[in-house]
Amino acid sequence: MLAALTLDALGARFRAGEATPSDAARDHLARIEAHDPRVRAFVAVTRDLALAQAAEADARFKAGKPLGPLDGVPIALKDLFCTRGIRTAVGSKILETFVPPYDCTAYQRLRAAGAVLLGKLNMDEFAMGSSTENSAYFTTRNPWDLDRVPGGSSGGSSAAVAADLAVATLGTDTGGSIRQPAAFCGIVGLKPTYGRVSRYGMVAFASSLDQAGPFTKTVADTARVLQVIAGADPMDSTAAAVPVPDYMAGLGGGVKGLRIGIPREYFIDGMDPEVERAVRAAVEVLRGLGARTEEVSLPHTEYGLAAYYLIGPAEASSNLARYDGVKYGLRASGGRDLVEMSSKTRAAGFGREVQRRIMLGTYALSAGYHDAYYGQAQRVRTLVARDFQRAFQDVDAIVAPTTPGVAFKVGEKADPLQMYLNDVFTVPVSLAGLPGISVPAGFTREGLPIGVQVVGRAYDEATVLRVAHAYEQATDWHTRKPALEAAPR
Amino acid sequence: MSAADYETVIGLEVHAHLLTRTKMFCGCATTFGAAPNTQTCPVCQGMPGSLPVINRRTVEFGIRAALAIGCRVNLQNRFARKHYYYPDMPKNYQISQYEEPLAEHGSVEIELGGERRTIGVERLHLEEDVGKLLHEGELATARSSQVDYNRAGVPLMEIVSRPDLRSPEEAVAYLRTLRAIVVFLGVCDGNMEEGSLRCDANVSLRKRAVAILGTKVEIKNLNSFRHVQHALEYEVRRQGQALDAGERIVQETRLWDPERLRTVSMRSKEFAHDYRYFPEPDLPPLDLPAASVDEIRAGLPELPAARRRRFVEAHGLTPYEADLLCQGRGLADYFEAAVRAHPKPKAVANWILNELLRELPGDDDKAIAACPIPPAGLAGLLALVDDGTISGKMAKDVFEKMYRTGEDARSIVTREGLAQVADAGELGAVVDQVLAAHPQVIEDWRGGKKAALGFLVGQVMKSTQGKANPALVNRLLGEKLPKV
Amino acid sequence: MSEPRISREDVQHVARLARLELSAEDLVRMQAELSNILAYIDKLRSVDTAGVPPTSHAVPLTNVMREDEPRPSLPLADMLANAPDAAGDFFRVPRIVEE
Repeated sequence: MLAALTLDALGARFRAGEATPSDAARDHLARIEAHDPRVRAFVAVTRDLALAQAAEADARFKAGKPLGPLDGVPIALKDLFCTRGIRTAVGSKILETFVPPYDCTAYQRLRAAGAVLLGKLNMDEFAMGSSTENSAYFTTRNPWDLDRVPGGSSGGSSAAVAADLAVATLGTDTGGSIRQPAAFCGIVGLKPTYGRVSRYGMVAFASSLDQAGPFTKTVADTARVLQVIAGADPMDSTAAAVPVPDYMAGLGGGVKGLRIGIPREYFIDGMDPEVERAVRAAVEVLRGLGARTEEVSLPHTEYGLAAYYLIGPAEASSNLARYDGVKYGLRASGGRDLVEMSSKTRAAGFGREVQRRIMLGTYALSAGYHDAYYGQAQRVRTLVARDFQRAFQDVDAIVAPTTPGVAFKVGEKADPLQMYLNDVFTVPVSLAGLPGISVPAGFTREGLPIGVQVVGRAYDEATVLRVAHAYEQATDWHTRKPALEAAPR
Repeated sequence: MSAADYETVIGLEVHAHLLTRTKMFCGCATTFGAAPNTQTCPVCQGMPGSLPVINRRTVEFGIRAALAIGCRVNLQNRFARKHYYYPDMPKNYQISQYEEPLAEHGSVEIELGGERRTIGVERLHLEEDVGKLLHEGELATARSSQVDYNRAGVPLMEIVSRPDLRSPEEAVAYLRTLRAIVVFLGVCDGNMEEGSLRCDANVSLRKRAVAILGTKVEIKNLNSFRHVQHALEYEVRRQGQALDAGERIVQETRLWDPERLRTVSMRSKEFAHDYRYFPEPDLPPLDLPAASVDEIRAGLPELPAARRRRFVEAHGLTPYEADLLCQGRGLADYFEAAVRAHPKPKAVANWILNELLRELPGDDDKAIAACPIPPAGLAGLLALVDDGTISGKMAKDVFEKMYRTGEDARSIVTREGLAQVADAGELGAVVDQVLAAHPQVIEDWRGGKKAALGFLVGQVMKSTQGKANPALVNRLLGEKLPKV
Repeated sequence: MSEPRISREDVQHVARLARLELSAEDLVRMQAELSNILAYIDKLRSVDTAGVPPTSHAVPLTNVMREDEPRPSLPLADMLANAPDAAGDFFRVPRIVEE
C-alpha cells in the first residue's frame, strides 16, 4: 500500500515506474475517506486539485523529467498556510469564509518541487493550544488512541502522517506546536531555526516565535522536505540569507565523538516516569553509538514558560488586532457602530483560549504594566537564550524529553494553566530561536508514543538531523504504525 | 487679563509623503489618484499571513532630509508597532518608529519680518500612511463610511518640531521653509492639495515669563498654509478667551473646520490612546554603516537657505526675490542658468518673477521643465534689449511670441522686422515730419505744457510702429524742438 | 480565587482596548482565569534582569531591505472578494463616531 511508504520509498517507486503519483494520490484519498471520519485530521480535502496535480507529475515522470525527490508526493498543510483560492480558516470562526488571494511561500516551494496537495489540516485556533481541542470546528483524534488528543496546535498535521493519510505535512511551531504533537503521535516533527523557513503567507500568531516545519515518518524524509522549504525569501525580512546546506549530505554521519548535552532541568518531578525512562534509554543508545554525553545546565528553564506566556500573547494580541469584521472574515450584526460591530465580531469569532491570550497580551503591553510584564519577559528570554549559548560552547547537540507526559484524553485538561505545562520542554528552545526535532523514542505500557527531542545551534539543522537519524536507525520505533481498522479497498 | 498677557507656544508635526516609486513596506505603486483599492496587495492591506519589507529608498530619503535640517542620524534605529483601532488602518496597528527613530535633534531657520529664528526639531522618523476614508456626509453624523486602501502603506516621514514656535505666522514660516527644503531635496513633492504634506499642530498658552507649558490642544490635518494660519489664530483666540474666563483648557484633539472657520472638538475619547508600542518583530533593526550616511551627506544639493543667501549676496537680489526664486529647485536652477548666459541677475530675476511666472501654469519643477523658453532663450531676449536692438516694451511682445511658438528672440525680431529704429538720420526725418504736422503742440510745449512732449514722442512711436528707440527719440526731440 | 491579580476594572479596560465584548459572566470568568495565569507568571519577578537587554528578534539580523521596484498590485476583485460589506470599489464600515 503506497500510503504506508516513506517519502523516499515512494519516490523510489515513482522513479522505478512501479507506481505513479496518481496512484499515490488515489491511495491517500481512499485512506482519508476510510479513516478520517474518525481521525478528523482534515478540515478540507482538495480531491480534484490533488488528482490534477498528480496527473501533471505523472507526465513529468513519464517524460523522464521529474522535478526532484518531492515530485508527485502527496502532502497536506496546516490550515494556517495561505493557499490561493482555497479556504484558510486557521481553526477559527472568524476566518470561516476567508479565501486567500495568494499562496504562502512554503507552499509555493513545495509546488515548485512537484508536491501534490491533499488538503488543509485541523489545528488549535490561531495555533493557540496543545491538543487541537481549541479548534472551532472539531477535535482531531490521536490515531494511536482515538479517545486521546494528537497534541497541538498542529494536531491535524501530526495525526495525518501518523495515520498514513499523507506522506508529509507542514505544521507550525511557536512554543512546541510541531514537536509536541509529533511526540504524541509517534512521528518526526522538526521546528527549524527561527528564520530558516519563510513565514510569508503563514497566518501569524507570535511573530518572533512562529516557524514552519515538516511532519514526516522518518528523519531522512524531514531532511528532504526541509531542503525544499528552507532559505531566504524577499517577502519575509526575518528569513535569513543563510545558505541552505545539503541536508542529505551529512545525514548518515553518525554520532561518534559528537558531544551531547543532557540538561538537568529537563527531568522534573511530576513528569511521566515512562517518558523519563524512554529518554534516558535514548541517551544510552546514542552513547552506544559513540557519542560523548555530559550533563549540562540550563538554569533559566523554569522561567521559560512564564516568559513565553507573556511574549506569545503580547505578539498575538497585536497580530490578531486586524480581525475586526472590516476587510475579511466574520462580521457580527447587531452593533450600533463600528466599535460595537468589531467588539461583537471578535467576541463571537474568537474562541475562549484565543480571547484569553488576547486579553493577557493586551494587558502585558498596556501602559503601566508594559515593562513589568512584557519588558521583563523579553529580558528573561535573553537569559534563556544565553543558557543555550553557554551550553553549546561545550556540546554540539542537546537531547531531552519533548514533553513531560504522553497523549492525554480529550477533555482531560480543562484548566488553561495545566494545558500550558505541556510546553515546558519545548518553549525554551522556541524562545532561543534554535532548531529542535522530536523523534519517536518508544511507547508507554498502554501503547502511547513517547518522543525525544534533539536541539542544536542556530542554523545547525544538519547536526540535529544527524543525531536524530543515528538514533532512529538504531531503533525501530519509527516503523510501528497505529492499529486503525483496515481500510476497505 | 488680556490676551497679550499670554505667550503662544506651538509645535508642529509635519507628515511628508516620500517621493518613492513604491510603498514603505511593499511593492505597490504610490501614484496619487488611482482608482480605489487598485494599488494594494496582501501586505499593505494587512491580510492574514502578510509581512512588511523595508523600502531602502525611504531610509535614504529620510537620511537626506535629516541631514538637511541638521539632525543627528541614529545609525541604529528600528521600527515599532503603534496600536489603535481605526478603519483606515488595515492591521489596526501602524508600523512607525518610537524609541529609536531615524534621526533627532536638528533645527530649521526661519525668517520673518527680516528677523531670523532657529526652530528646534525634536525628531524625524519613518512610518506608513493609512488609507482614506470617505464618509457618507460628515464624519460626525455619517451612518457608514467607505475605505480606500490605496494610500495605506505609502511612506511617510514625520518631522516633529520642538514647541519653539511663538505665533501662527512663525508656524507658517516654519512650514514653508520645511516644505521648500524637502521639495528641494527631491524627497517630497510638497503638494499640499494632494496631501503630500500635512501637518498637525500642538497649541498651548501660558502666562508670560512662566516656564511650564500650558495644556496643549492638538489640531489635526491642516493641509494648506492658509488653514494653518487661520486655525492657529482661531485656537489662540479661543484658548485666550477661555483662560480669561477662568476656564480650564481641556487636553484634546480638534479639527479645523474651513467652512465655519473654527476648530471643533473631535468626540472626546473615554480614555487616552494607549499605543502599546513594542519593537516590530517582523523587521530586523537597522544598523546603518556610517559611510553610507557620509555618502548621502556628500551628495546633498545646496539647500534653499544657503542658496537664498547666495542670491542676495552674490547676485544682489532682495530677500523677497531670492525667496520666491528658491521656492523650487527648478526655478532656482532656471534663474542661475539664465544668469550664466546673461550676467544681469536683477533683470533676469525681474523677467522671471513677472513675465515668466505669469505665463507658466505653475512654479513647480514640472512646469519649469515644460517651459517653452529655455534659460538661454530668456538670456538671448535680454541681450537684445541691452544692446538696443529692441525696446523693453517690444521685448514683452517678443517674449509672448517666444512663449507661444518656442522660437528664439532673434528669429522673431528679424522675421517681423521688430528691430528698433536707432538710426539718427532715419529717425531724424520722422521727428521732422511729426514736428511739421503738429505746430499747435509745439506751441503748447513752448507754453510749458509737459504733456506735449509725451504726445510728440507717442506720435514718433506710432509712426514707426513702436520701433523707434525711445531714448534716441527723446534726444532728437530735445535737439530739434528748440530750433523749430 | 485568592487575591485577584487583576481587578475587574482592569479586565473591562483591557477588553475595551482589545475590542472584545465580554458579557458580565465572561468578565467574571476572564478575571479568574487571567488571575490564575498571572499568578504563575509572577515567578518572573524573582529573576534578576538588571543590565540584561530584551530580545526582540530571536536571531540577530540587521539591515534587511528591498529596492524601490514596483511589483504588481492585486486586482480589485481579489482584494474585495473577502469583504464582509463591499460597496462598489470600497470596503464599507458602519458609523465610526458613536452616537
